[in-house]
Amino acid sequence: MYAEFGHFALILAFTLSLAQSSVPLFGAYYRDRKLMEFGTTAAIGQLVFIAISFAVLTYAYVNSDFSLQNVTENSNSAMPLIYRFTATWGNHEGSMLLWVLILAIFGSAVAFFGGNLPVTLKARVLGIQGMVGAGFLAFILFTSNPFWRVFPAPMDGTELNPMLQDIGLAIHPPFLYLGYVGFSMAFSFSVAALSEGRIYAAWARWVRPWVLAAWCFLTIGITLGSYWAYYELGWGGWWFWDPVENASFMPWLAGTALLHSALVMERRQSLVNWTILLGLITFSLSLIGTFIVRSGIITSVHAFASDPSRGVFILALLALAAGGALTIFALRAPGMRQSTPFSPVSRESSLVLNNVILISATAVVMLGTFYPLLVKTVAEERLSVGAPYYNLTFVPMMLVLMAVLVIGPILKWKRDRITEALGKLKGATIITLVCTLVIMAATMGEHIYAALSLGLGIWVILGSFAALSYRIKLFKVSFSRSWEMARTTPRSVYGLFLGHAGMGFMALGITVMTVWQHEELGALKSGGQLDLGSYQVTLDEVKNVPGPNYQAERATFTITSGGETISSVFSERRFYPVRGMQTTEAGIYSNGFVNVYVAIGEQSQAGIAVRAYYHPGAPWIWFGPFIMAIAGFVSLTDRRLRVGAPQRSKTTTGEASLAPAE
Amino acid sequence: MTIRTFIAVQFLISLLVLPVHAIQPDEVLEDPALETRARDLGKVLRCVVCQNQSIDDSNAPLARDLRILVRERIEAGDTDEQALDFIVARYGNFVLLKPPLELSTLLLWFGPLLILMISGSVYWTLIHRKSANDIAAATPTPLSDKEQRDLRDILGKG
Repeated sequence: MYAEFGHFALILAFTLSLAQSSVPLFGAYYRDRKLMEFGTTAAIGQLVFIAISFAVLTYAYVNSDFSLQNVTENSNSAMPLIYRFTATWGNHEGSMLLWVLILAIFGSAVAFFGGNLPVTLKARVLGIQGMVGAGFLAFILFTSNPFWRVFPAPMDGTELNPMLQDIGLAIHPPFLYLGYVGFSMAFSFSVAALSEGRIYAAWARWVRPWVLAAWCFLTIGITLGSYWAYYELGWGGWWFWDPVENASFMPWLAGTALLHSALVMERRQSLVNWTILLGLITFSLSLIGTFIVRSGIITSVHAFASDPSRGVFILALLALAAGGALTIFALRAPGMRQSTPFSPVSRESSLVLNNVILISATAVVMLGTFYPLLVKTVAEERLSVGAPYYNLTFVPMMLVLMAVLVIGPILKWKRDRITEALGKLKGATIITLVCTLVIMAATMGEHIYAALSLGLGIWVILGSFAALSYRIKLFKVSFSRSWEMARTTPRSVYGLFLGHAGMGFMALGITVMTVWQHEELGALKSGGQLDLGSYQVTLDEVKNVPGPNYQAERATFTITSGGETISSVFSERRFYPVRGMQTTEAGIYSNGFVNVYVAIGEQSQAGIAVRAYYHPGAPWIWFGPFIMAIAGFVSLTDRRLRVGAPQRSKTTTGEASLAPAE
Repeated sequence: MTIRTFIAVQFLISLLVLPVHAIQPDEVLEDPALETRARDLGKVLRCVVCQNQSIDDSNAPLARDLRILVRERIEAGDTDEQALDFIVARYGNFVLLKPPLELSTLLLWFGPLLILMISGSVYWTLIHRKSANDIAAATPTPLSDKEQRDLRDILGKG
């Protein structure tokens, strides 16, 4: 009976969302305060009902209620509690429920903290959020209802996909969704601003915290997914350019562009239309991501429930949302042109260049992702677009972007001289050049491309620190004076340089890993050894270990270096009898700079097949993005961005300009 | 049969029938030079039943067959191109992770260039239009007659 409460709560949330998507908009049109305030109530009500619904489903999963079809299909009573819990969203229906739950959380956050928004804008934002919510709630109720009962209830369920029974992957979707759905705020604010027909100068200031938070979560989500692929898939790869990975990467790229263009809009009242358009594009890309994963139009490991009717529904939603929003944009945007002049060498100009590169990169990823589909439809030909394509197209763009992100932050707003800016980076640039030449010499000029990208990575990291120390006049004035300046420097400035440095670390990690990794494989018996040069991997023993709901074959290895034992790792092959599936767990030793990665394969007369990898730089591939996410959170704590903090923005509407903060 | 032995039996069966792991020791060629060539080819060939995984990285039996096929061709004295042609002739362009430049892939390969040209020109016009605005901002439009009159009124009153 309790499950019906969850179902009913979901229906209530749906009807409420229909009201939310109309009443506040009428209110805003007729300037009726009561109607507008309904949006606030409805948004909070939606959160309450969806939360009830989600809690009910979670309860059903945790207690293995197999009278629910969804639970039967995706859970099993032998699964450990943690995976019975995470199984709630480890399936299509449940993950969509999580999607709308997060949407409702964002919606009610506007309701709670939006007190400083102009009332009509707030009403419109909530109205648009309501529309998005209504679309997805309808999608759940009509095509993907998790509350269907099954009669008679089976004794046990068919288990969560073993690949998803992993802590990294269990928390990967919530972070990803916090990102995807968080971008709905940019979308709602953009559409609301367009229907208002005017842009408040403080618009960017209201939107940026939401976009920044969403961006941080998406960064973490993608990083987790990549790390999961690394240790779970058993061959040391960390990015496939798989359509589904690309689906999460495109909103990230566009969202990164949006963060930067919103900065120009906030400080300089430029790029107003462009920023709004980016808000629409970023969320549309999130919807496309959902569409790719859910429709099964492009097959992938992630597409756990692919059903054409669902695909059509989401495609219709996408067409409505993106099409509707772009139409309003086309109608309204020309009337809202607003620009403040800047010279070709200026902070604005570098941020525009950032946007140009990021959006071009997004377009390239999109081209690569959808091209096979296009060719299949038009020419009936099957094609693959893999890593070699992106290495030739996407990677060079990122290298240019890195150069821009060293110079950009040191440029002054409005106009600057390139020689002056480079002068501030003199030290960092000289060290970088020396490092690059040393790398080239040490590798005998064999890896010129790698040396260049390493040089860029070093330049980004050193440049960020140089820019920061220039700002606080380190070593130019007394130390205590510098300390004072460091303390009064806004947090968002730290966020900026930390985030950029994170990108540099990632570039270093990727380059070193790609160029200098190597592997050894062999069939080993106990005591057998593989030599990775600076590390040796010795097989101690192989034994069968029972898990809670699987049987594991576990191989224990000792890792030695220079004759000394430094670590012991184990890798496993797990067999899940319910689904008859096998997964692998790699044994990884890491010292923060180098990973030694050991995976096992088949047993044969010669012994057990072992693949051992030397992965230099690998830890930084995830450390870099992690720093980027941290940097985002550091920026979020900036007083100027704090959600709900008293802001001057209320009074600075219309044409009024905000004082440039730096 | 208890559940535990059932699981154990299933487990043993699984070892016989389940997909093998990525490159196996028994596949490796004796000659390191030939093996290196096989590895390089393995990186650009797609495991046709997987998601954008190369045959070297895949656990699928089909990937293993392809790896062995590549090694057979190389041992038979094929050049890299001949070996690739041999495989493409059987599996189509789908096995190539890097699609060849053909009529059907023109847009794929020149698309990025096109995208860069468009966005580059947008960037160019943007920074130049801005500087034109700059000049416009430096020379304000003269006041209209009405504004002149208003100004005189205000000044007269002040």
